[in-house]
Amino acid sequence: MTFVPHTDKDRAEMLSAIGVRSMDDLFADIPAELRVKALDMAEGVSEQEVYDRLHEMSRRNAHSLTSFLGGGFYDHVIPAAVDSLTSRGEFFTAYTPYQPEVSQGTLQAIFEYQSMICRLTGMEAANASMYDGGTALAEAVIMAVNVTGRDKVVISTGVNPIYRRMIRSYTANLGIRLVELSASPDGVLDRAVAVAALDGDTAALIVQNPDYFGSVDDFSDLAQAARDAGALLIASVYPISLGLLKRPGDMGADIVTGEGQSLGLPLSFGGPYLGFFAVRQALVRKMPGRIVGETVDRHGKRCFVLTLQAREQHIRREKATSNICTNGALCALRATVFMSLLGRQGLREMAQSCARKAAYAKRRLAQIKGLRVRNRAPVFNEFTIELPAEADGVVCKLIDNGFAAGFPLGRYYPELGNCLLVALTEKRSKAEIDSFAEALEVAL
Amino acid sequence: MIPLIFEKSVPGRRAVTLPRLSPAELEAPLELPEGVLAEMPPDLPEVSELDVIRHFTALSQQNFSVDTNFYPLGSCTMKYNPRICEKVAALEGFAGLHPLLPQLRCGETLAQGALEVLWQTERLLCELTGMNAFTLQPMAGAHGELTGMLLIAAYHRANGEKREKVLIPDSAHGTNPASASMAGFKVVTVATDAEGNVDIADFKSKLDSDTAAVMLTCPNTLGIFERGIREIADLSHDNGTLLYYDGANMNALMGRARPGDLGFDVVHLNVHKTLSTPHGGGGPGAGPVGVTAALEPFLPIAIVDKHDDGTFALNYDRPRSIGCIAPFYGNFAVLARAFAYMLLLGGDGLRQATDHAVLNANYLRVKLQDDYEIPYNRVCMHEVLLSANRQMKLSGVRALDIAKALIDAGHHPPTVYFPLIVHEALMIEPTETESKETLDAFIADMIRIARLAQSDPEVFKTMPEETRVSRPDETKAAREMKLAMIQDG
Repeated sequence: MTFVPHTDKDRAEMLSAIGVRSMDDLFADIPAELRVKALDMAEGVSEQEVYDRLHEMSRRNAHSLTSFLGGGFYDHVIPAAVDSLTSRGEFFTAYTPYQPEVSQGTLQAIFEYQSMICRLTGMEAANASMYDGGTALAEAVIMAVNVTGRDKVVISTGVNPIYRRMIRSYTANLGIRLVELSASPDGVLDRAVAVAALDGDTAALIVQNPDYFGSVDDFSDLAQAARDAGALLIASVYPISLGLLKRPGDMGADIVTGEGQSLGLPLSFGGPYLGFFAVRQALVRKMPGRIVGETVDRHGKRCFVLTLQAREQHIRREKATSNICTNGALCALRATVFMSLLGRQGLREMAQSCARKAAYAKRRLAQIKGLRVRNRAPVFNEFTIELPAEADGVVCKLIDNGFAAGFPLGRYYPELGNCLLVALTEKRSKAEIDSFAEALEVAL
Repeated sequence: MIPLIFEKSVPGRRAVTLPRLSPAELEAPLELPEGVLAEMPPDLPEVSELDVIRHFTALSQQNFSVDTNFYPLGSCTMKYNPRICEKVAALEGFAGLHPLLPQLRCGETLAQGALEVLWQTERLLCELTGMNAFTLQPMAGAHGELTGMLLIAAYHRANGEKREKVLIPDSAHGTNPASASMAGFKVVTVATDAEGNVDIADFKSKLDSDTAAVMLTCPNTLGIFERGIREIADLSHDNGTLLYYDGANMNALMGRARPGDLGFDVVHLNVHKTLSTPHGGGGPGAGPVGVTAALEPFLPIAIVDKHDDGTFALNYDRPRSIGCIAPFYGNFAVLARAFAYMLLLGGDGLRQATDHAVLNANYLRVKLQDDYEIPYNRVCMHEVLLSANRQMKLSGVRALDIAKALIDAGHHPPTVYFPLIVHEALMIEPTETESKETLDAFIADMIRIARLAQSDPEVFKTMPEETRVSRPDETKAAREMKLAMIQDG
């Protein structure tokens, strides 16, 4: 395939206008010994051949298992209108809205996205989005260190272990001390331990709700304790749960981040996803990432622009709040369309459906002999079960029956080798839950 | 003015219906105590599906895009995005695939097709750039830069060295210094010489035993191939300093030169530029990073390996790795588009794309050189840098005014005021997918605008006239900080 429209005649006229004889002359600045003769790659092929090849590859993936896998990434309903609207070329073939007059569509959509994230989380300002929930959390850590001028960050091991690894990699050279507080599936974070870890060097305390094991918490008291210690409270949250659960802003969080994948983005083997990032108004100027603001044009009409750019890399260079340049605009658009379609009642119903199905599945699985539900705290859509055998092996067996049974926790928590994290969404039917329970019973 | 979606909300109106719960599920006790529950449902708009369709369709029509307009935004490579790439990325076997599946003990067999896409993409990127190995994890260009800087820090640390400085030319993208700084380095700026290349004398004076790396964009942001590249590479390597390639401008080099052959040790690509994945209004992109063999042990986990029996596996057993910089394997659906694009074009097609990108830029250069200042007027690569300095001095018409006049002519403006070292910069990158007719129409408008700047500079003040919005008050936006509509009304 080619997407170059030039005819031989065009080429000849253009080369002549430039005053060179051949294409090669345009590359004369490249030292001769460094030029490439030809790339060792196959010749180009037709659309149909590319489709056939990728279609064949796509079929060698087990995407149609009845899945109870979650761990921060969930298989939710995506209304058809999400794909339809976000595949409009006016959205997906535009770029960062540097020229506001010809980007009001993108700018207003981002303003609506920021507004929805604020309403969902109970915060006062949100940025235009980041790459994913993990990078958003890592950026929050760096922001907290910059805001407080302190170097210690306390993090619960109930925070997604993948995010904890990302924070470690991100901050490896910044002289930040990460202190982990041990959490377990049995209950919520131990308050005495958490409060004892907060001292005059602490920049932030990081919690997750629901935590990685599925337990739901109200951490208003921890937010207060952090404030008393002069530290920020950072909360990483699951946005669908906010259809039902108390908002982190109402608990007193200073920075709220999370993975927006469940808001209308397909799982897509790990990306692209959506990091959301929201703060209290007082922290806006320290927030990383693009921000859209409302203003008026020269006729006094309401319109939107990229604002507070003095924080950003293209102005501040090495002194910027972050190196981030683009956001996840099209992913944020998906989330905005998704939240518009679900609306006030729809998101609540989705959250209730998840919670009801989890409650049903938890009760059903608890009837299996030798199996124990570990969570003693309330759960939302995910919970931890302990099996009489190593979870990894049991999960393997169940794949043959067509089930992705959940995520064995031993991979990230060696002491929990027999534990399995089971997630429910509105897409799992009662019949699927029942047959999963039967298959699990047999496998044990 | 298009009302906000919140302003269209009517209590009780709704769109989506969810699957019905069975009686047994409805009876299951929730066990969620009041303390953890929200008092009210989330304050999202209450609208019908048709309301949503009309609202976002109307918003989309407020945008310029590659699909609707010539979009010569310099350094952004706004080329056509082939639709087949969208189609294959959305295949259910990819889109519905949970990223944790291959982390199950028996899980790699469940994602062989997806792992092969990643492995093959890595191989093609290695050939395209002349590097030994790639990580596909970085989720954007700037994220690639940060990853590259973390790799360089780890490399020096492993050699028992603590080098703290990174040299960056003054013409570089702002992400370069910001990324180096986020990786813990101190940034030292290097000057540009009269011809637009790195000032070698200044470079030599700043290169010392504390210099961890040099970050270069090649061709640079002036649109010029760095002629001293061999010398810079040799000086750096003799000093134990690594050379970093910012791939923002790789569309100028495909099939013509490879960063690995030029002496670069670490390379990032912007697949949303060079390999034509959509820009999406500002993301998502992908910024894979390639390295020489010496840096390969430090790449983030996991790496996709191909076994002798032809199967693919994720390798996490990499003790010297910098760790995780993405939750999984990178922006898979973006990478799948880039893979499809490379297959469609093949080696010859990629070179053809580069050749025509450079041809188009030079055509614009010669056609506009009489009416605009061209600070470094010589054969350029894939973009040409103009200045509105002459218009500014003669009649007070600035680069921004010319940008607004171009909007009225139906073109997306070039990048303005970048690079920072050129006054009134207008950086134009036409890309290879634009026809001679489109370029001729743009040239005619640019010349008309240059003449208008002489004859009637006052008219620029009210431009653009053709758009719904004109010259937003950015100072007011920054002062008032209205960043969200938190409550209706």
